[in-house]
Amino acid sequence: MQAIGPNPFLFIGAVLFVCGVICMTTKRNGIGVLMGVELVLNGANLNFITFSRFTPLGLDGQVFSLFVIVLAAAEAAVALAIALNFYNNHLTIDVDRGDELHG
Amino acid sequence: MSSAEIILFWLFAALTCGGAISVCVSQNVVRMAFSLVLTLGSTAVLFLLLGADFVGATQLLVYVGGTLVLIVFGVMLTATGPFTRIKSSAADGILSGLIGVIFLFIVASTVTSVRWMDTDKEQGVASKVAFGTHAKAVEGGFNPAQQGNTTRQLGLSFLSLRPDRDLNLSIPSASRKVPNTAPVVPGSPVMEMPEASASEPKLSAGYLLPFEIVSVHLLVVLVGAAYLARTKRRTKS
Repeated sequence: MQAIGPNPFLFIGAVLFVCGVICMTTKRNGIGVLMGVELVLNGANLNFITFSRFTPLGLDGQVFSLFVIVLAAAEAAVALAIALNFYNNHLTIDVDRGDELHG
Repeated sequence: MSSAEIILFWLFAALTCGGAISVCVSQNVVRMAFSLVLTLGSTAVLFLLLGADFVGATQLLVYVGGTLVLIVFGVMLTATGPFTRIKSSAADGILSGLIGVIFLFIVASTVTSVRWMDTDKEQGVASKVAFGTHAKAVEGGFNPAQQGNTTRQLGLSFLSLRPDRDLNLSIPSASRKVPNTAPVVPGSPVMEMPEASASEPKLSAGYLLPFEIVSVHLLVVLVGAAYLARTKRRTKS
């Protein structure tokens, strides 16, 4: 068996990214949109770790993936607070109903 | 990689991709949350297989243990009764699936068409241009297999110390100071010392400032989330 190169990992990262983008654009549930963002960030993280392993990027990739994890946690907290506020005001989580700002 | 690692890789690669697709396809929010747990946990195992042990453990602790619990709480607080499943039409699903397949083809073919592990001369020059003179110290990848002990180096890099890059730097022998033992005779011409700062290699940059910025950012996020999610008291007017 030969060793696994970077390409399978990059392909998994691409799958995560595309699934996240599709999830963000098609879900009507606000929490579903949040999950799409998490998927995209994980795809980026997987690419960072892959390049830190297989290229001279070195430890910098792992440091940046740690920052991405922390920022994703912060983003999830704030976005969830906004979603709960939206739910309190509108009694639904459907993002199509949040159309009060249109001109 | 041993054969067990290869089997583990394909198993968790399939789990990751299947979980991600299941998050996309499923209409039920609770099932989406479970698929997301599966996906992120499998990604943590992939991190461990890539030799990033600390990042993999952090992914399990912070992402699966913290962020996803937060999302599951959000699901529980908002998915009451009819809001558990908000369906989109079948035509939308087919269209988005088609666009997703095309998009995946574009991204994957672009990414995999680059030969990342090329170590011939051209690539070596390119990596030396991109990463400076430190490319020699990490030649052949940063983490050789079965090393994976990155915790101490990560912690030191957050303190702006980079032993992983600076430890192998070779100081040119011309710049090494020769102890000047000869007595200085007044009136004799002063010997010119070689410029030490010009030829000595620079130390790599660390991550102390981003670390502090992230800590302040987390504090701001904490205050902001508590402010946004507080229960509003209706004032009687």
